[in-house]
Formats: sequence, C-alpha cells, structure tokens
Amino acid sequence: MNLLCEISNGALSITATLTGIGLVFAALLIAKLISPKSYSVKKAEPYECGIPTRGESMIQFKAGYYIFAILFLLFDVEVVFLYPWATVMRSLGTQGLLCIAIFMFILILGLAYAWRKGALKWD
Amino acid sequence: MFNFGQWTSAFNNWLLGLGVADWLTVLIECVLIAVVILGVYTVLALFYILYERKLCAWFQCRLGPMRVGKWGLLQVFADMFKILIKELISLKGTDRFLFKLAPYLVITSSVVMLACLPWGNGLQIINWNIGIFFILAVSSVGVLGILLAGWSSNNKYTLIGAMRSGAQMVSYEISLGLAIMTIVVLAGTMDITTLVAEQEYGWFLFTGHLPALIAFVIYVIAATAETNRGPFDLPEAEHELTAGYHTEYSGIHFGFFYLAEYLNLFIVSGIASLMFLGGWMPLHVPGWDGFNMVMNWIPGPVWFLGKAFFISFVIIWFKWTFPRVRIDQMLAFEWKYLMPFSLANLVLMTVCVALGWHF
Repeated sequence: MNLLCEISNGALSITATLTGIGLVFAALLIAKLISPKSYSVKKAEPYECGIPTRGESMIQFKAGYYIFAILFLLFDVEVVFLYPWATVMRSLGTQGLLCIAIFMFILILGLAYAWRKGALKWD
Repeated sequence: MFNFGQWTSAFNNWLLGLGVADWLTVLIECVLIAVVILGVYTVLALFYILYERKLCAWFQCRLGPMRVGKWGLLQVFADMFKILIKELISLKGTDRFLFKLAPYLVITSSVVMLACLPWGNGLQIINWNIGIFFILAVSSVGVLGILLAGWSSNNKYTLIGAMRSGAQMVSYEISLGLAIMTIVVLAGTMDITTLVAEQEYGWFLFTGHLPALIAFVIYVIAATAETNRGPFDLPEAEHELTAGYHTEYSGIHFGFFYLAEYLNLFIVSGIASLMFLGGWMPLHVPGWDGFNMVMNWIPGPVWFLGKAFFISFVIIWFKWTFPRVRIDQMLAFEWKYLMPFSLANLVLMTVCVALGWHF
C-alpha cells in the first residue's frame, strides 16, 4: 500500500527524480540571482593550497583503483543474481540451495584467485 | 496497526468528488508529493547538520553553536542562507558540463532514496515490490556524481579524493548488499512494507539469531564507509586533500554535496532501522503486557525516526572514537575481512533458515 495507491510506482519514481532535478535547478537559479559576480585570473585557478598548478589534472591515474572496480563488477553481478534467489529461497528447496552453492563456490574461487595474484595488494 | 494510506485515499476521493478530471487529480497529487519530498528533505538536512555539530561538540566537551537562536537552533538557517548568497566561481579548465551535472546526480539519487523509505504503515511514496533492491540500485548513481565531480574539477586533490571515494563506495557496497541480503533470506521478500510487517512480533535483529546480529554489525560498518564518514573519511581527509572531491565547488554548488552527504547518513540509518530494528514497529517485550501497551501508544513515525537517529548517533560516534584508516588498510579490510565474512554470514543465515533455527 503506497501513499497514493492510485498512482503507479513508475510515475512516483519519475516525480521524485524530477523533484531532485528541480531542487538543484531552483536553488542554482536563486543563487545566480542573489549572489555577487566578479572575475579575476587568480580566482579561476585550481585551488591546490596556494602552490601554482603544474601540468594537466585530467591524467592517466593509478591503475590500482581500476582493478578494484573490476573486482567490484564481478561481485556486484553476483549480488544481483543472489537477490532473486534470496527472495524465493524457501520455495526452491534443496535443489536451489545446491545450485547457489556451486555458483558461490565459483565466485569465491575467483576471489581466491585475485587474492593469490596480488590484486588486493595496494602498492 | 493504523494505516496512513486511508488519509491519502480519502484525499484522492475528495478531489475526485469535486469533479476534478482524472489526469488533473494525478497531476495535483504529484505536485503535492514533490512539495512534501522537498520539505522533508530540507528539514531533515537542516536537522542533521545541527545534530552532527552539536554531537561533535559534546564529544569534545564543547557547547557547539550557541549564539544564533536558542541553543544555536537557528544556526543552520544562517549557514544555509550564507551558502546561498556566496558567489558561484567558474574555474579555468574544468569540464563544464560534467562539473554542473555532478550535483544533479548526487542530489537526485538521495531524493529518490528518501522517497523509498516508509515512515509508517502506508506512509511512503515509492513502494516497489523490490524496494530494498531499488534503493541499492539508486545509491550507485550517487557514486557516479562524486566521481564526475572530482574528475571534472581539473584539480589533483579532487581527482585523488574522487578516486578514493569511488573505490571505497563501490567496495563497501558489496558488504552492504550482502548484509541486507542476509535479512532478505530471513524474510523471503524485498518489499520493505512486508519486511517491516514481518517484524511485528520481534525485530529481525532479535529473531534472526546470530547471523542477523553479525549482519547488523557488518551493515553499520559498511554504511559508515558508504557515507564517507567516521574512520573511513579519507576521500575528504582535510589535511591531505583540502576537501576531497568537492574542493572546487563554491557556494550552493558545495551546499548540494553537503546536503546529500547528511541525507545519505539519514538514508543508511533509515534502512538499518527498517531492516534490523523493525522500522515503525514498537518495542515489545514478551510477557510485559503493560509495557507493550504503553509502547503501542507511541506513533509509528516516531519509532522509525527515533531508531534512525539512534543509528546516526552511533555512526557519528565512530568518527570521534576511531582514527582515520589508510587507503590500503581500508581496501584490505573490505576485501580480505568484511566481504568474506559477510559471504560466510549469508551461508550461515541460509543454513539457519533452511533448518528452521530462527524464532
């Protein structure tokens, strides 16, 4: 039973999304109207504690983060697959348990492999 | 249990009874919902700012804001107004489109998550039958906003802050998801209303045996990391990275990240309250009939908010108790300890449910 049982959840989700967008838009509009404006070359520089910036900032970055992102993808997909199973676990019975055990075993094998390969080491 | 859905049904019937067209009714109700969401969002954010400032002060034997209004109650309004009238600085070399898109993503994801939380029986806006899963999915969009903010600012500190934040949030999201899944296994549903309704005769924290207790601990740790707080606040470690991913945002642009951060704190606390502590269900002790009667008198939303504020208190408490961890410690803690533990805990819960060992 939702707050307004007559409106579908999809419409309500869109309403909430639009509310979020509207909040940011309206607040920005008010700020633009009442905030002062001034420009100076120094002010437009990136703030790096007063030291002049050297080189580009949008650079190739440490690959360690990327490895964790890939690992996350693996386990997030696992979580996505486990959720439907968790909902209907009771009615699936022993067979479902067995299937999910094999699925989780393969994934844990993957984690063990990544661990062994040193993907979880940070240096 | 009193159902707040009656009020809205009555309002809907009243509108239709006035002879308003169907599409106009829906439109009016959608606008009203938007107003309600905006009001609740702002009030909660303002409350949380004051709540944290006061708690931080008390943990350090200070008074906190005291000058503006009684006990500094009006301080947050002054702060918000001040943020609103500050200049929006446009910087050299930023990726303008992404720079402006980031606050939209961060705020929108927290608004949609807020709309998914039921405050009482029938007192919720979005009610998917996969509710908790939907919240987890929407929370991932916030990470995207933070990454974009850091990347587009053309500043090394924001880049490092965003990368750390991204790595941390995606890593701890897995433990968070697995801890919630433990409860889904116990309840057999992802619908939040049903989840709470099943806790009428005992909160899952108590009825779920040991695995629910472990899941609760894992959830609180992962939620602390997910909101970039406490010992896991290295994305915005002040003495290393100035302010992390939102260093280059000024005025209300910064305010959006600030608001979303506090709202996310409320949202993770609210989910903990719904999943583990029975949401709007009052505290009942078996056998104490008088006590239970008194507890039933307290309305549902008060219970829900009280539990959520309590969890938030615990998370704020962490910040003043534990020193900040390093990035390698943080990632190792998640991938080598927390995640295997939560997987094992899920298996334990599955065994408990399969053998009928829960209450």
